[in-house]
Amino acid sequence: MALITCKDVSFSYEGNVAVDGLSFEVNQGDYLCIVGENGSGKSTLMKGLLDLLRPKTGTITMGDGLKQTQIGYLPQQSAAQKDFPASCFEIVISGRLNSRGIMPFYSRIDRMIASAHMDQLGVISLRNKSFRELSGGQQQRVLLARALCATEKLLLLDEPVSGLDPLVTAELYQTIQDLQRDTGITIIMISHDVHAAVEHANHILHLQNKQLFFGPTAEYVETEVGRRFLRKGGDF
Amino acid sequence: METLFELDRIIVEMFDFLFMRRAILVGLLVSLCAALLGVNLVLKRYAMIGTSLSHVGFAAMVIATGIDLAVEREFSHFFVTLPMVVLAAFALLLLSENNKIKGDSAVALVSTSSLAIGIIIVSQTTGLNTDVCGVMFGSILAMTRFDVQLSVVLSISVLTLFVLFYKQLFAVTYDETFAKATGTKVFVYKALLAFLTAVTVVLGMRMMGALLIASLTIFPALSAMRLCKRFLSVVITAAIIAVTCFFVGMVLSYTYNLPPGASVVAVNLTVFVFFSGIALMKGRG
Ligand SMILES: Nc1ncnc2c1ncn2[C@@H]1O[C@H](COP(=O)(O)OP(=O)(O)OP(=O)(O)O)[C@@H](O)[C@H]1O
Ligand SMILES: [Mg+2]
Repeated sequence: MALITCKDVSFSYEGNVAVDGLSFEVNQGDYLCIVGENGSGKSTLMKGLLDLLRPKTGTITMGDGLKQTQIGYLPQQSAAQKDFPASCFEIVISGRLNSRGIMPFYSRIDRMIASAHMDQLGVISLRNKSFRELSGGQQQRVLLARALCATEKLLLLDEPVSGLDPLVTAELYQTIQDLQRDTGITIIMISHDVHAAVEHANHILHLQNKQLFFGPTAEYVETEVGRRFLRKGGDF
Repeated sequence: METLFELDRIIVEMFDFLFMRRAILVGLLVSLCAALLGVNLVLKRYAMIGTSLSHVGFAAMVIATGIDLAVEREFSHFFVTLPMVVLAAFALLLLSENNKIKGDSAVALVSTSSLAIGIIIVSQTTGLNTDVCGVMFGSILAMTRFDVQLSVVLSISVLTLFVLFYKQLFAVTYDETFAKATGTKVFVYKALLAFLTAVTVVLGMRMMGALLIASLTIFPALSAMRLCKRFLSVVITAAIIAVTCFFVGMVLSYTYNLPPGASVVAVNLTVFVFFSGIALMKGRG
């Protein structure tokens, strides 16, 4: 059974349809990139997958025993405030909350897992630093470590590279790719950069307030819509 | 005239009075609760809710005083004020939740309306006597033995709940969307925060005054944030600041015969200015 199955799903805000006609499947170990222009409904779909937004129609089914508390998430723009006083470790370990549940404090194992993920993403040396004093790229890595703390199965990333310079962007894409290869974690990523998407992902979902394409990357680059989008650059 | 030069004698003398011992015990516990919750309130932009609750508390207290007159004394104000303020806390939370833009104004409306209701009741019953001034600006004389016991039990419960749910409160304060997306019942913990704040406001209101209690939640957190960069250190520093400021404020109040609530707030203000100065100098250096 697929990890996530969407069937004829649509979302709307106050009666206005944001995106509809979504039907796709995500399997264990997939790396799916969601592409599309601004306002095409990418973040909306992700909110739906996270159960922050109810579908207007259709059904989203989680398979393979995937629970809501087993999803890691990297938001497009962190809802957190810029000047929040918190150390990187405090932020990363807060990703362990869902597995710790009602038990008070974090266990030694939680601390070890948080440190391990910070190490994996190359930010262990920033452990005790204040989050607000980091560069944009470092901040994204810390938030990615937090997302990893929350999941072993499924990572949802909403434009993880927005606002980063090309070098740092390439590094972060590489890190995500390594992560997927080494741990077999399923990744659903929203990206503006369609070239990076076809380079890294093995499935593409192209949205424009409806589903223009869903399928393997190899097929996408052969389709009319895929070629047109790639020619335009897709990099807005 | 007494001066601070005889500090040790003054402190010993202070502790001779039963009402002082009670006031200091309760005040220290309430300051601690207020400072801890205050860090979350300030960072979650809920500081206004604390202020608003204290105004609701004023109305509730005036009503309680009215009931007092009717049933003739020996009646704890907590039984009226606590449920009313807790209810108001949930109502305010829902208001600021449902209507992101107008939530702010709604909170201000609740604030001023409760003040108005309180003032109307006062004018129709007792008039602006010393009791009412005590409610507004605080008084340390008002506590019965039962009040003290109840205050100690409640504030220790608040502290315990805060410590037990520290990590949830952090997660919800830092990034509500992430917490919700990963399956945390965000609303439950926001309600917990509102509830604990309501209890703290009611406990501290008698001594600090309805118009001043909210400052106990805001000042220590703001001062601590001037210097600390980690959440836990902000929390701990705020707690230390709050307890110290309360004690210093009480000594000043006793020595120079100042209103206790106002003295504590003035000391908090001084610390805030001092810490801001240090932060500025650090920023330049
Ligand atoms: N909270 C909201 N309330 C009302 N409408 C919204 C809300 N969020 C998004 N929309 C609308 O839904 C549509 C899809 O928005 P969405 O955020 O999903 O786009 P996106 O593909 O993520 O765009 P971007 O690339 O800019 O992030 C847009 O037309 C937007 O105006
Ligand atoms: Mg988006």
